[in-house]
Amino acid sequence: MKKEPVKVKEAPVEIRVGNFEEVVEGYCEQEALQEALRCLQCKNPFCISGCPVGIDIKKFIYHITRKDYRSAYFTIREKNNFPSICGRVCPAEYQCRKACVFTKKGLPFASEEAINIHLLERFLGDYGKENNLDTPAQKEAKFSTLKVAVAGSGPAGLCCAGELARKGVKVDIFESLHKTGGVLRYGIPPFRLPGDILDFEINYLKKLGVNFITNFLVGKTATIKELFDRGYSKVFLGLGAGVPSFLGIKGENLSNIYSANEFLTRVNLMSAYKFPEFHTPVNIGRNVLIIGGGNTAMDAARVALRLQKIRGLPLNTTVIYRRTNIEMPARRMEIEHARQEGVKFEFLAQPKEFIGSNQGSVEKLICLKSKLGKPDSSGRRRPINIEGSEFELDCDLCVIAAGLKANQVLIKETPELKTDANSDVIVNPGNMESSIKGVYAGGDIVGGEGTVIEAMGMAKKAARAILDNS
Amino acid sequence: MKIISKEVIADYAGTRIIKLSLLAPEISRKARAGHFVVVMANEKGERIPLTVVDADSKSGSITLIFQEAGLTTRILGALNVGDGLYALSGPLGHATEVKNYGKVILVGGGVGIAEILPVARALKEAGNHITTILGSRNKAALILEAELKSASDQLYIMTDDGSYGLKGFTTDMLKELLSKGKYGLIYSVGPIPMMKKAAEAAAEYKVKTLVSLNALMVDATGMCGCCRVSIFGEVKFSCVDGPEFDGSGVDWEELEKRNKAYNCQEKHICNLSQYIKP
Repeated sequence: MKKEPVKVKEAPVEIRVGNFEEVVEGYCEQEALQEALRCLQCKNPFCISGCPVGIDIKKFIYHITRKDYRSAYFTIREKNNFPSICGRVCPAEYQCRKACVFTKKGLPFASEEAINIHLLERFLGDYGKENNLDTPAQKEAKFSTLKVAVAGSGPAGLCCAGELARKGVKVDIFESLHKTGGVLRYGIPPFRLPGDILDFEINYLKKLGVNFITNFLVGKTATIKELFDRGYSKVFLGLGAGVPSFLGIKGENLSNIYSANEFLTRVNLMSAYKFPEFHTPVNIGRNVLIIGGGNTAMDAARVALRLQKIRGLPLNTTVIYRRTNIEMPARRMEIEHARQEGVKFEFLAQPKEFIGSNQGSVEKLICLKSKLGKPDSSGRRRPINIEGSEFELDCDLCVIAAGLKANQVLIKETPELKTDANSDVIVNPGNMESSIKGVYAGGDIVGGEGTVIEAMGMAKKAARAILDNS
Repeated sequence: MKIISKEVIADYAGTRIIKLSLLAPEISRKARAGHFVVVMANEKGERIPLTVVDADSKSGSITLIFQEAGLTTRILGALNVGDGLYALSGPLGHATEVKNYGKVILVGGGVGIAEILPVARALKEAGNHITTILGSRNKAALILEAELKSASDQLYIMTDDGSYGLKGFTTDMLKELLSKGKYGLIYSVGPIPMMKKAAEAAAEYKVKTLVSLNALMVDATGMCGCCRVSIFGEVKFSCVDGPEFDGSGVDWEELEKRNKAYNCQEKHICNLSQYIKP
């Protein structure tokens, strides 16, 4: 008889919407064991092919069933440096869990019955953190004189730095903001990824000898050429995709219309939810609309809800999406959490125009109704606007989460760095080297908006190439 | 990030304009006229943009000038020599395009005068003939007169109350000059109404006009869009596309309204004086 999936404990809805504490509590040992025992240990495990970095999922789950958490942890670490982080933010239902044999065929994402691989990974990541497990450094004398500069302290930069430092390379990470972690800090809210998880990984790198230099924008504070002049023999660019896309519709520059990046940066990085103790303000409204269907939209919606609660307003936040629930690219868990917390959804709606007050603040959003046509290049059914179907929504605060593009500051300052039509950095996919010799790149600056695990995969490949060519 | 000198350069009706020199060797090497930096006074502070007024790579220092207006500038103003900032990053934005425009008029209003000083110096060095018009409420509020005098071929001072120089607005003088001579560039920084009027006057005489915009910013590296402005109907980010723009294309009304988005909070937090160290 097939056993039921082990449900993970979550903070009660009425409490969690009033704070920024982590929502998912994670499995305890007993729960992890029980969930691991559901795994069929397939002869040909599909789950592994569903993982962007090919973690031996079957093996680590097997180790859990034998209570050999140490071996399980190191099985993940062969491919993934930050299981505590990925176990929390990986879109498992589109990756390993979708490939799990328990997922019914033809679904766009994993069935509920699929093994909760991400929760097991998180359990092991946290186990490793609590027990100070880490891949021991294997410093090699030949690398002791090698100096590498890493631009950006997000997932790609952190992963590349760790890989190199473990081999004895001297690594300096340059971060333009005042705090490290990149999108893991400014983008993902603490109720999904608590700051102490990130701090732990960063502190571990510091112990390995990685040097973090904040408030340093590579391209502006120093150019790539100047980094080479300072004795770095290789440079890794983990710049990320941080440039917000707007909708390009009328009224978009009215006050209280935020990009998701601005809204989340104010709250996550600058702690605006603790205003006035922290000095950065953020506005909130009574009728909040969030445009988009991705993880960033869900994050923005749940942050908006929390701000409404903290400021004593009725909870009223609605996600506007031009397709339907099933096409939303967000993790299913985020959509579910948003729903539980009270976020409303308005599907098949395409924003057309914002209307503002005389003071220049947004008051209404006019949308068109849409219907779904044939699948487009993304494989999802394309939304088609219905002529004359305009309808109005009250809106005194809007957050636009319509995607992100590659950061451009360094690219614009470095004409010899070749980029593609999306302004992403072009690399040799074999070794992640860019058009400039000795300059490697990985993460969203190469692939466009992707996942943390994909960024780490690219960073590992680049680190390997840097070591091989040094 | 340590403060190496501090000077109150204007003090009127309780509002002070302060000049700080800071140790910032990396920024001092790269900063050019037109660049700005982002400053955080303390760990809980806001990130605010301030123009680099001067940079000296030999001593590794930069100079910032600001008026105590909101909470952050008041916290900055309460710092003393030897104190450090929590964060300082830059240089950010595009540098001014320094070339020979021929005859240039620089218009500075209020604390905006500080922002035209590095531009005046750079353009003068590039062989331009510099006429500078400074505007301030009164004599006590006027800053950097001597510095701009030596960076200019001609200097005019306008005060609202006539307590110094001529009584009137900077744009009165600008229009007069434009009606009499030929100029290659008007560069103005100051309150929005002043920049708007200067741009209108320049447009009337078909002279190229540059303004440095004071949009609100957060990261100031192109990642949030808080500082978006409309230039000739196109959306630009002040932090990475500016902060200088062609003044004739700026949607001033929009900028003015966007800059007021946090007025309520600003008032609220400024009443909570416990956040400012004595």
